[in-house]
Amino acid sequence: MKHMTITENQGNPSKEMKYILVTDVGSTTTKARFFAKKGNEWRFIISGEAPTTVEKPYEDVTMGVLNAVREIEELTGHKIISDANDNILRPYDGEKGVDLYCTTSSAGGGLQMMVGGVVKEITAASANRAVLGAGSIVMDILTMDDGRVPHEKITRIKNLRPDMILLAGGTDGGTVKHVASMAEIFYAAKPKPRLGEGYRLPMIYAGNIDVQAHIRKLFEKDFALLIIDNIRPTLNIERIEHARRAVHELFMEHVMSHAPGYLKLMKWTDIDIMPTPAGEGIAMQLIANELNTNVLGVGLGGATTNVYSIYDKRFVRSVSANLGMSYSISNVCKETGINNILRWLPFEKNIGELQSEIKNKMIRPTTIPQTIDDLIIEHAVAREALRLGLEHHKTIATRLKGINVERTVGDLLDQGLEDTYIDLMNFSVICGTGGLLSHAPKRAQTLLILTDAFQPEGVTRLFQDSVFMMPHLGVLSTVDSKAAWQIFDKDCLVHLGTVVAPKGQSRQGTEVMDIKIAMPDGTTLRENMRFGEIKRISLGIDEVAEIEIAPSRGMDIGVGIGKPLKDKAHGGEVGLILDARGRPLVLPEIPRERMNKLQEWNRNMGLYDLE
Amino acid sequence: MTKTEEKNMAHAYTPGLKIKKVETVRKERVLPIEGEVLVKVGDRVDFQTTLAHTEIPGDAEILNVNEILGIDPGAVFDYMLKKEGEQFEEGEMLGKYTAFWGLVKNYVYAPFSGIIESVSGLTGQVIIRQNNIALEIDSYIRGKIVEIIPSKGAVVETQAALVQGIFGFGGENHGDITIAVSSPSELLKEDNIKAEHKGKVIIGGSGVTSTAYKKALEIGVTGIVVGGMNVEDLIGILGEDIGVAITGEENVKITVIATEGFGALPMSDRTFNLFKEVEGKMSAINGATQIRAGVLRPEIIVPYDEGESITLYDERFSDGMAQGSLVRIIRAPYFGEIAKVAGLPVNLQKVQSGSKVRVIEVELEDGRIVTVPRANVEIIEE
Repeated sequence: MKHMTITENQGNPSKEMKYILVTDVGSTTTKARFFAKKGNEWRFIISGEAPTTVEKPYEDVTMGVLNAVREIEELTGHKIISDANDNILRPYDGEKGVDLYCTTSSAGGGLQMMVGGVVKEITAASANRAVLGAGSIVMDILTMDDGRVPHEKITRIKNLRPDMILLAGGTDGGTVKHVASMAEIFYAAKPKPRLGEGYRLPMIYAGNIDVQAHIRKLFEKDFALLIIDNIRPTLNIERIEHARRAVHELFMEHVMSHAPGYLKLMKWTDIDIMPTPAGEGIAMQLIANELNTNVLGVGLGGATTNVYSIYDKRFVRSVSANLGMSYSISNVCKETGINNILRWLPFEKNIGELQSEIKNKMIRPTTIPQTIDDLIIEHAVAREALRLGLEHHKTIATRLKGINVERTVGDLLDQGLEDTYIDLMNFSVICGTGGLLSHAPKRAQTLLILTDAFQPEGVTRLFQDSVFMMPHLGVLSTVDSKAAWQIFDKDCLVHLGTVVAPKGQSRQGTEVMDIKIAMPDGTTLRENMRFGEIKRISLGIDEVAEIEIAPSRGMDIGVGIGKPLKDKAHGGEVGLILDARGRPLVLPEIPRERMNKLQEWNRNMGLYDLE
Repeated sequence: MTKTEEKNMAHAYTPGLKIKKVETVRKERVLPIEGEVLVKVGDRVDFQTTLAHTEIPGDAEILNVNEILGIDPGAVFDYMLKKEGEQFEEGEMLGKYTAFWGLVKNYVYAPFSGIIESVSGLTGQVIIRQNNIALEIDSYIRGKIVEIIPSKGAVVETQAALVQGIFGFGGENHGDITIAVSSPSELLKEDNIKAEHKGKVIIGGSGVTSTAYKKALEIGVTGIVVGGMNVEDLIGILGEDIGVAITGEENVKITVIATEGFGALPMSDRTFNLFKEVEGKMSAINGATQIRAGVLRPEIIVPYDEGESITLYDERFSDGMAQGSLVRIIRAPYFGEIAKVAGLPVNLQKVQSGSKVRVIEVELEDGRIVTVPRANVEIIEE
């Protein structure tokens, strides 16, 4: 295990680094990013990409890595690969090589885990948060109260072939029977690892310490067992950091080392290989740290949607495994219903045709929209994928269940799902990444997709990833956070602008917000916004305007209903957006009215050429 | 031109689905766990010859013995009549508790035949497991064994006509190829399905209605191959919508494959004509589709008999997209059209959606020359 340390004979980060190479081995594409220090500043230089070579006939990921890096060599003339094509040259010797090489990986479907606990809303919820935060996909959560009888649980465990299992349950000193029973169910199922046979499936136990001996007896022989401290030692304490670390440790030792070519790749890298979503999550945390604010982030991919929140420094990730824009696009429709897609279209569309078009994208996921209508349809699906992703995130980002220790366990079981702490009024930054958001022909399209889906309230800055490199910068920040942030700020984060949106409802056309904008050139604008309107004001990157917002009765801009707010609005490629469409955003029910409204917003925002 | 552009030009290749009159098809057939291989290299096998067999552990069940007997979990060892590792028969008494001179009598009986796997004094639970289950793997296609995978299975090879579909559902099946429509644009309806289609793989045109599917089910058709599929019919057949294109495990008796996509789409003439040529021959068909890394497309394989003389038409094997290559457009506004490559511009071009993308100029069948994103065409391997 290398953990987060640098081996002496490889990288050279203790000295003055000049060149850094980071790759992300994705399920279809391996993406290399090359960084260099120019003067006192780290900058992104160039990308190289190549198909991932995890599948047959190659079955060696290092081939894809070398191909991607070779593209960088060709484009820059900077030699990085050894003459024998069997390593990344390190350190930089004044002519060739790099000082640091690290990578993230999600090849072969990423890390897929199964979670076991006693009570769904208590220990299993904590275990779920831990493995999600570690960058895993959760295949299933099995608990004593999940409504399935033991043999159904056994069949389920047997049929799913996870990479790893996290079993938790019970508080220290509490009842042993429930978590022991759950353990016996896993034992009876004899789950097999996904990546081949002949090695032991990793299992982490993070439950009642009094059951540890029983766990050893059951699993020590046939599983790669790791026993760690209880994730919920008492009902009012959740300790998930050590569980996240344990997941990463076993991921390297037992999962990655069995994936094709990874043993070789592990030798090349200066620090441990990290699951791609874990890298992306660290990058989101970097934004929160540097801007000292709460951040809501989203990675909208082809197959999955990852949502990250950093709220009062608490980091939570959720992954919606089947919400995505290519392989999973049809599932977005299935989950949300076709009418929820249709409601975002500013034109008439036959439902059957819409369904077929979306399914044709699913079966030919690499195609791209050629027509405006096709683009708008994809953007409509994106709004719903993001909206559902956030809804899912809210079920993970919840206050701790059972913090009142005076309650009995019975009371805890009876209580309903406690509210999430995700309140859009408390997030001042939203950041989006992923192919669809990055490749939207106009930045205003990205901004409005994020705005319509997440519905920011109050004053919110919006960012997007320029060239997919958040996972790269996340893993890099574990070695050199300063370098990572410099690149992030200059080359990765696209400043879209600021959205000002009061919360509340009113009648169409009624005045809801009066806003005075002191522009950086000394002029002052005054906008009187009526309910249902959206307006775009040009405010460039690095420009800041002083704003004074006076919401009308019934509307809240963040300091209480009807109370005025003075704030700063940061500019961006889109500018300052005054969004008086209400929160929650409600679209007109009557199709003609709805389409007219969408067309009006389209004109005001300069989104699509509909003529 | 940058080096990247040069490189991309050299590899301007979007692989299409195979529609081949003659293809060497190799199928690796392996058990999920180790077992015994029953064939050797050079053996000729038929469609469903068993190649290897093994046994897998039976399903397990947990008995809450302490609760059934009314005893403490720790006392469970004292009242079990069978110990860990012992076999039992269905209905056999596994545990017994009597108290108060026989006034309280509780018993545990075996719900099936199997073995006691473990007894837990902590929870009072007993894990019982059913006897091993026999598992075998068959050849799927007719052909010759060309390789043995020790303890796991074998590779079967055959010369066959091969059609890859774009989407399907239902697993491996077999049946004679039978054309059930008069043209590739005819919808396969209830009336097209006849009693003689029992056990056959029937070829339709632009789609199959859910009522036609139901009739095919009644008759005992094994496979249906059509051009397109309406979402409503798909839901009607499967009982639910498909969200993610990972199929093959559905509990359906008929394997269904669409060769073009979703919507009412005529089967391409090329595909339809190939089916006509092999009509009456036995085929192996699999609807399993997986559209992610490690793409798996549904397929219809029609092996030729050994020594059979096959008239080949001019087959061109394209190793890249070039002037004159035949392509299929796979996205609006020209979705489904077959076209000829007229030009491969190097520079990125702006398309109507506003995206700047690599494009291709193609000549449609009506003679118009249009520009489409290169990502929106696939090569037709004739």
